[in-house]
Amino acid sequence: MAQTLYDKLWDSHVVHVEEDGTALLYIDRHLVHEVTSPQAYEGLKLAGRKPWRISSVVATADHNTPTQDWHLGIAGIADPISRLQIETLDANMREYGAKAYFPFLDKRQGIVHVIGPEQGATLPGMTVVCGDSHTSTHGAFGCLAHGIGTSEVEHVLATQCLVQKKMKNMRVTVDGVLPRGVTGRDIVLAIIARIGTAGGTGYAIEFAGSAIRALSMEGRMTVCNMAIEAGARAGMVAVDDTTIEYLKGRTFSPTGPEWDAAVVYWRTLKSDPGAKFDHEVVLNAAEISPQVSWGTSPEMVVAVDATVPDPDKEKDATRREGMERALQYMDLKPGTPIQDIKLDKVFIGSCTNSRIEDLRAAAAVAKGRRVAASIKVAMVVPGSGLVKAQAEKEGLDKIFRDAGFQWREPGCSMCLAMNADRLEPGERCASTSNRNFEGRQGDGGRTHLVSPAMAAAAAIEGHFVDIRTWR
Amino acid sequence: MDKFTVLNALVAPMDRANVDTDAIIPKQFLKSIKRSGFGPNLFDSWRYLDHGEPGMDNSKRPLNPDFVLNQSRYQGAQILIARKNFGCGSSREHAPWALLDYGFRCVIAPSFGDIFYNNSFKNGLLPIRLSESEVDRLFYEVASFPGYKLIVDLQQQTVANADRSVVFGFEIDAFRKHCLVNGLDEIGLTLAHADKIRAFESRREQMFPWYFR
Repeated sequence: MAQTLYDKLWDSHVVHVEEDGTALLYIDRHLVHEVTSPQAYEGLKLAGRKPWRISSVVATADHNTPTQDWHLGIAGIADPISRLQIETLDANMREYGAKAYFPFLDKRQGIVHVIGPEQGATLPGMTVVCGDSHTSTHGAFGCLAHGIGTSEVEHVLATQCLVQKKMKNMRVTVDGVLPRGVTGRDIVLAIIARIGTAGGTGYAIEFAGSAIRALSMEGRMTVCNMAIEAGARAGMVAVDDTTIEYLKGRTFSPTGPEWDAAVVYWRTLKSDPGAKFDHEVVLNAAEISPQVSWGTSPEMVVAVDATVPDPDKEKDATRREGMERALQYMDLKPGTPIQDIKLDKVFIGSCTNSRIEDLRAAAAVAKGRRVAASIKVAMVVPGSGLVKAQAEKEGLDKIFRDAGFQWREPGCSMCLAMNADRLEPGERCASTSNRNFEGRQGDGGRTHLVSPAMAAAAAIEGHFVDIRTWR
Repeated sequence: MDKFTVLNALVAPMDRANVDTDAIIPKQFLKSIKRSGFGPNLFDSWRYLDHGEPGMDNSKRPLNPDFVLNQSRYQGAQILIARKNFGCGSSREHAPWALLDYGFRCVIAPSFGDIFYNNSFKNGLLPIRLSESEVDRLFYEVASFPGYKLIVDLQQQTVANADRSVVFGFEIDAFRKHCLVNGLDEIGLTLAHADKIRAFESRREQMFPWYFR
């Protein structure tokens, strides 16, 4: 029978099935970071258990790490609880070990969802889990990747398996050619605007179509990253030449005859013709505009040439109240043109958009220009030490600095503001991160989600502009 | 994990859709390396008028009188009803930990974020999906009758009010129900299949050695 990519990945990892369909799914790669792992290692220790297969574990510290003053070392982390979490990961790695650990200050350290693929630790055909919802990112490589909770982190450490029910299949097809200045980020925001933040709940989404095929691996990772914002734990893209080219020569990619055998297998990782999907969504790439979020949920998104929507026109009462609450929190009036919204800060970074291609796109906008005087801080936070090094080799850091952007050390930073990088109450930020929830980037902070080029242009002008026609 | 059989408890309403896990437990509290103590910071930024940080004496902080859980009629509630997509967003298990630590044992909503839904079962918090119209009815009832209680019977898979004028059935996976009713340790259950896991692993390593380097 014709199978979807998700069906194939599922079938190849089932160890055992209960009567009601609950399955034990084998896990190939377990990514670990400092925030969701301490209680899992503690649980393991209390139960007197050992990790099942430490060669599956790749770990880094990213959520709490500072993005400045690395010369001060761990003493430079002012918040003692943040420091303790990082030290706890260090201790757990010393005690239990891993295939690879990139600790704070290591030149390969970075956001877990940037370094996995970068190291070739994420490979097609794998199951990849991490105690972080944005693990969906790795699905860009034709693997089954999703976020898990801390109990599941402990479960995977102890058993190398997860207890799972199979999800339903959804395909989102994006055909056609994207207009100039429109990116993978805009595709995925447009998808979320279409299906809603719960539209993908219970589904694994395969992103398909010529516009997805045309994306680089970076672009595909951005799209899969935000599958969770559409409610889908897993997003994925079939393997093709782009996937294989990206993986060639990476640290943990196979080599020699194993590489050849792997590639033969990986090329089968796509949905068969005629495979049945429980739900299909189709978008035309040519109709997608640069997207800007206006509210406090990633489905509250409009095109940059639109206006802030009016709750009075919404018929559904719960939805209308949600819109009113969001407008109040965001301090926006219905009918305001998006391009009239003035900003205080700009954040370019996060597991969604902090890879080299993202920094190149932002730098192309910033080159030879200056951040508007009204912008208090515009910061660029590379996704990893290796992304940072590559950007510096290309002179992007100089472009950003000359334009008045701050050039920081890698980490999750102001995407979730667990470290010192955050918005102050009432501050408004153009951000390439993934969540515009209330308080996400700092208590009372107001987040507008946009692509890297849109964020950089907003920094230059002090308000949103339409990147398609700007200058 | 505590067993879950029948819960007869006071109900509190959270009349919002898309309540995300950042709202349930804000990130500054994720720095703890423990599983307990999150209850006082449940819904922190909605519940208090000031900005909360770990280590504060929460009993001295100014409460937001407009926040539903601060109203006297809902004190001691163990069942929370909410609108669609409750627990969307981040995978933080601190969200069910905080709900449990506060005293909730059950959340009823039309739909849940998938990861939150999973995480809840691992900790003995029962998430129940009812239809939008059924949840509407519960919101109406809880607003109309102070001291409104519901009886959640996991064995029978029903949610009912005291006089049983409202009885709604709900769906739950048989395996999850079994674990919850018996308070089973899932890791122990999985390790009962250790031989099967080892056999699967060695077959997989032979076929695809590059995943095991």
